[in-house]
Amino acid sequence: MDDLIAEFLTETNEALAELDTALVQLERAPDGETLARIFRLVHTVKGTCGFFGLSRLEGVAHAAENLLGLYRDGERAVTPEGVSAVLASIDAIRTIMAGLAETGAEPPGDDAALRARLEALAAPEAGAVPPGQEALTEPLLEPAAECEEPELPGPLPTPANDGAPTPLAAAPAAPAAGTGAEAALPVQAIRVSLPVLDDLMTLASELVLVRNQLLQVARSQGDSAFSAPLQRLSRITSELQEGVMKTRMQPVSAAWSKLPRLVRDLGQELGKRIELVMTGGETELDRQVLELIRDPLTHMVRNCADHGLEGPEERRRAGKPEAGRILLSARQEGGRILIQIADDGRGLDLDRVRRRALERGLVTEAALAGMDDADVARFVFRPGFSTAEAVTAVSGRGVGMDVVRTNIERIGGSVDLRSSAGRGTTLTIRIPLTLAIISGLIVQAEAERFAVPQAAVVELVRVGPGGATLEWVNVAPVLRLRGQLLPLVPLGALLGLAPALEAGAAVEGFVAVLHADAGRFGLLVDGVFDTEEIVVKPVAPILRDLAAFSGNTILGDGGVIMILDPGGVARLAGLSLGRAGEAEAEGAAQSTDTAQLLLFRAGGQPTPLAVPLGLVARLEALPAESIELVGEGPAVQYRGRLMPLLPVGAWSRPQPGATQQMLVFQEGERMLGLMVDEILDVVQEPLALRPSGARPGFLGSAIIAGRGTDVLDCAHWLRLGDPAWFGHSGGPVPRLLVVEDSGFFRQIVVPALSSAGYAVTECADAAAALALREKGAMFDAVLTDIEMPGMDGFDLLAEIRRGGPWAALPVVALTSRTGPRDMARGHAAGFNDYVAKFDRDRVLAALGRAISGLRSAA
Amino acid sequence: MSAPTPSAEPRLLLGLTLAGRFCGLPVPCVRDVLRGEAITRVPLAPPGVAGVLNLRGRIVTAVELRSRLGLPAAEPGAARMSIVVEHEGELYSLLADAVREVLPVPPEARAMAPETLGEAWRGHVAAIHQLAEGLLIELDPARLLAFGRDAEAGLA
Repeated sequence: MDDLIAEFLTETNEALAELDTALVQLERAPDGETLARIFRLVHTVKGTCGFFGLSRLEGVAHAAENLLGLYRDGERAVTPEGVSAVLASIDAIRTIMAGLAETGAEPPGDDAALRARLEALAAPEAGAVPPGQEALTEPLLEPAAECEEPELPGPLPTPANDGAPTPLAAAPAAPAAGTGAEAALPVQAIRVSLPVLDDLMTLASELVLVRNQLLQVARSQGDSAFSAPLQRLSRITSELQEGVMKTRMQPVSAAWSKLPRLVRDLGQELGKRIELVMTGGETELDRQVLELIRDPLTHMVRNCADHGLEGPEERRRAGKPEAGRILLSARQEGGRILIQIADDGRGLDLDRVRRRALERGLVTEAALAGMDDADVARFVFRPGFSTAEAVTAVSGRGVGMDVVRTNIERIGGSVDLRSSAGRGTTLTIRIPLTLAIISGLIVQAEAERFAVPQAAVVELVRVGPGGATLEWVNVAPVLRLRGQLLPLVPLGALLGLAPALEAGAAVEGFVAVLHADAGRFGLLVDGVFDTEEIVVKPVAPILRDLAAFSGNTILGDGGVIMILDPGGVARLAGLSLGRAGEAEAEGAAQSTDTAQLLLFRAGGQPTPLAVPLGLVARLEALPAESIELVGEGPAVQYRGRLMPLLPVGAWSRPQPGATQQMLVFQEGERMLGLMVDEILDVVQEPLALRPSGARPGFLGSAIIAGRGTDVLDCAHWLRLGDPAWFGHSGGPVPRLLVVEDSGFFRQIVVPALSSAGYAVTECADAAAALALREKGAMFDAVLTDIEMPGMDGFDLLAEIRRGGPWAALPVVALTSRTGPRDMARGHAAGFNDYVAKFDRDRVLAALGRAISGLRSAA
Repeated sequence: MSAPTPSAEPRLLLGLTLAGRFCGLPVPCVRDVLRGEAITRVPLAPPGVAGVLNLRGRIVTAVELRSRLGLPAAEPGAARMSIVVEHEGELYSLLADAVREVLPVPPEARAMAPETLGEAWRGHVAAIHQLAEGLLIELDPARLLAFGRDAEAGLA
């Protein structure tokens, strides 16, 4: 608590300094923006003191905020008396804070007169209202707040005298010179300002560069007296850099520490029972980022408690447990931190949101009619929007969500909201791990190297001999990845370093599958190097218009390298990835939430049909003449084989000279062409399927791209076309758990395994794998690395074999050490197989053996 | 005070050569002179931008003076000198064929750039100085680094 108060004092003092200037400016020339800023500042002050149980401060701030709210909404004209009263309240806040800094408790005093003055100004007929009458919320608040007050002053008056370790007293004193008493404290941590850390970071980076140059010189000189000390210098430099980076990292729980108390108090205040569950608090992120999300998080949790969760009575009626739940979770996802705040409350009242958006003039009726629920829900992020019916002391003044969004976007993050009526609301924030250092994948196009933010890289696929092959849709290269067509951007050609690829050309290199704002695409590059931690530096002003780059950096070898901006590259390449952006933003973690759907028409029907694009191997348009009647139905010679064709609905042979559109399905050797009238579009949308009863061949219908669409049951058509289609596989997709600590290697092996037909789950270490076991996850086989930090492959195997549901699973070891002795050791330990990394075919063969062995045994 | 050359003292120019032409840059804006090497190309950059380079831990944008002045590009592999100048708080490197000595130019040696100077030059020249060594073309770093609209005009 002590640390928090000290921080609160610092923050509030800064805010107050800003307020004075802003208010004076307001008096001179009232404008909306200044008002909104002042209002937010006061709101923040009030919000924070409410949580600390600082009732005097909160009372004054609340009254001032009330008046400012009326000013902001234009319900009262800004008058000098009003500004004076707000300034007086700021002075009062300052006085109270001075007392707080001195003694650790709010000084005694009575602000009734000041509050009355503010309330009188806020009252409908300003000036004529007896004091206290409008203060509806105060009586509610004060008893709750006051009862907590004793906690604060308790141990405080003594520390200065006896030197007892009470950081609360020490913190305000910190700006002054260190005293003897402080020096005696057993200090475990000190506060260091961020600029100092930033400077250290810059210096460490520069030291690395110097070190690298020295190493280069030393290499050219062979062995010399410098070699040994240089080695040490090198190691120390690396450690220094790591250390400096670490000083900036903090667990996200540091931003959460206030929340349990806040939620408890809110619960009491609102008469609700609220349970706050927090997971992933140990996730670390840059201190600077942490600072910036602290307030947004507090706001969002307040909102959940205040608006999201229902009272106990309402929850009982809805058949929910009386205690509402707020789930706060954090985890790292690529180079980003994903924080979710979910409640199990009533969800957003979308009708009310619509009404309010209209009332506030945020949208026209026509535009509103065309919006889907997700768009409507996002109105809560708009300035001046609030759905709270009554103004309470907790929130509901239309401040918060817009501030939340602004603050998060300012640091390169994003926030989204998903709500389900009666089931709750989930807010998802994605923020960068750090603002200064990112992990970059170094790629090469022609002779140039570029860095791609690792956070955007989904996977790497090798193309060319021994890897995947490119396919061509007209002149555009695409990659078929697990059945989905991925548009490709050849980096060299895009940047003008190489001529455009000729359709059908043999291409060798790598595809980095990138996740940009607008959707996924593949960046085709000539080479891929390892990932490197890079210090992002902005580009010079004359290069700022280049959309393809987000910055530049100096690599370890001293070379300068441009950092590609995946979104900019996609735009530059003219990729219109449709409305996928929203869907992706929503479901990036679980891409199953949305599906890429191929829309088409068939059988002469006007209703569009849809099929998940992932199931379709290719789209073809073949000349009518090539269709032959073979046996019972039409067929076509395709890729050296006879492919049976099946019409969806009524079909007549197209006129000679015309072409027949078809969707080609492929499974191993088997192929089937489904004949359709017209391909309409590929869209990425969440699929909300309504089952349509017994209509053979269709799973049901859904609204896709704004139109009612029938969704095809592919299995039905495939069976119809070839009764033996599903005969050979005989079982579900085998589930595979891959345990591998190298992210780089996971990016290579997982796609290979997925494309070979496994449902792959990946874990970065043995502990994560065992956690899955605890959760009851089940697999058909486990593929594990041997050398891993923490628990290694042998230990993991022993743990799996020790008992439990996984005891009999085949476990295949994946290793870079494949000497005979290593192999023998592996088999002796009980691995079903022991294979070399990077040998795709052997890995697949070993897995096949292991799983079939299990099946035949079962 | 007249705006263009306020002082009566001799000004100092750093001499450099560009395809046999004798040019100069005002010394006060020059921060450093080094060999122009290890320049990373920046694809899609405006014409005239040679790339970016690492100047003791700072990333500096390099501008090819030959290109800015409409001169033919240097032979591949030819030595380039990098003159680091500061412009609006940012460092830039101006690439020239060779760097010569620092020359004092007295105010009386100054002449206006002739009207007949090529278009690419006229936009970037501050003055011509008649020195004993010959004519010295004084380049204006601010104009050399004004990309965008000016670049089009200068390189059309």
